[in-house]
Amino acid sequence: MCVTVINYKAGNLTSVLKALRHLGAETIVTDGDLALVEAAERIVLPGVGHFQATDRLDATDLTGAIRTAIARGVPFLGICVGMQWLYAGSSEAPNQPGLGHFAESCTHFAESPEKVPHVGWNSLEVRKDSRLLAGVEPGEYVYFTHSYKAPVTADTAAVTYYIEPFASAVERGNVMGVQFHPEKSGATGLKILGNFLKWKDVE
Amino acid sequence: MITKRIIACLDVHDGRVVKGVQFVDLIDAGDPATQAARHTREGADEIVLLDITATHEGRQTLLDTVRRTARELFVPFCVGGGIRTADDAAQVFEAGADKVSVNSAALKNPKLIDAIGRSFGAQAVVVAIDARRDPDAADPVRDAQVYVQGGRKLAGRRVVEWAREAEQRGAGEILLTSMNSDGMRTGFDCELTAVVSEAVGIPVIASGGAGTVEHFVDVFGRGKADAALAASIFHFGVSSARSLKEELAKAGVSVRLPC
Repeated sequence: MCVTVINYKAGNLTSVLKALRHLGAETIVTDGDLALVEAAERIVLPGVGHFQATDRLDATDLTGAIRTAIARGVPFLGICVGMQWLYAGSSEAPNQPGLGHFAESCTHFAESPEKVPHVGWNSLEVRKDSRLLAGVEPGEYVYFTHSYKAPVTADTAAVTYYIEPFASAVERGNVMGVQFHPEKSGATGLKILGNFLKWKDVE
Repeated sequence: MITKRIIACLDVHDGRVVKGVQFVDLIDAGDPATQAARHTREGADEIVLLDITATHEGRQTLLDTVRRTARELFVPFCVGGGIRTADDAAQVFEAGADKVSVNSAALKNPKLIDAIGRSFGAQAVVVAIDARRDPDAADPVRDAQVYVQGGRKLAGRRVVEWAREAEQRGAGEILLTSMNSDGMRTGFDCELTAVVSEAVGIPVIASGGAGTVEHFVDVFGRGKADAALAASIFHFGVSSARSLKEELAKAGVSVRLPC
């Protein structure tokens, strides 16, 4: 099993690669080999930091290659900013479009006495038919660190509560995203990454 | 619901975990990789490794210790000590850290916070502040003196104004150590922690003084801490993060359990 990990120079890939390899996956890292991405078996788009950094995906035309792979049915997982990128955009960088696979946009947490960023371990309310989050029981926790978040919609696979309910995971067919860091979420996170690695088209 | 984090701290000297009282009289407390794995198994929410030798001896953080410790660690891992430049930070991230903590170097060159944040994101920058109450100041807590070089030297900054500057420059979290209580096991400095936590919008990790479960209940309540660091309470089999968290849950503190 082989995972193509996209490097768009936003933060650090070490933890994600380590977790995927720990689960027995082979990893290929690319920052612009379009053919490799189009032919990928599975794709992970990590990402920490600023939404603006995703402009590199457009500049290198990785966006087009990812779109092609997704259309072919390749399982795709976006993590953190990588999940937010699946939406139309984010108010963090209003002039930088996302992939638009999900029509909505990401926004900053509302003004509140609570601290932002949302940092720490929080729980998930999982949608019953989620394949990515299969086996995640109520009361399991995952690790978050973010200031922007996606809205709760029909594609939301898990809801988390902080200041307001937001989408902590999204899933429609072969396209999945998690706002939290599965690579840093202990046994629960490894279980979720394991589900992604086992994901097969059921058609 | 967001939970309060219990962070296991490994002070590392020459590649070994050590514990001292108020930064002196060091005792050997084991191998960093083994200790980190044990704390995680026993329910710690995060691991911090601080190379306490690095700054004053002018050495780089022990990258191979970081690499070895990170190898099988699937919880957040923060590394501090001797990080002077964005390149130093890059090496530590490359070795497997998720966050770096900067202290003396950030006081000397505050732009370091901006630089690391730009490259790796604000969530990756923890600004560590060692503060001691200033009995001569009008407000000894708010105007606590900031120290550098492992508590050896005055930085010439006051705790609240420095914490605010760190936040403005893009720090993701503040790791606040009270030098009055560090290693004493008499409790966290809750007044100091609350003053800083209320002054900034980013999470504050309280450090220094943990000795009993009550101390943690106190710092999460009165101290308004988002997370608490503990070293000595976990060493020498005194307690585990899990048993600590079970006690905290009974006292009404929201924690990650089971873990």
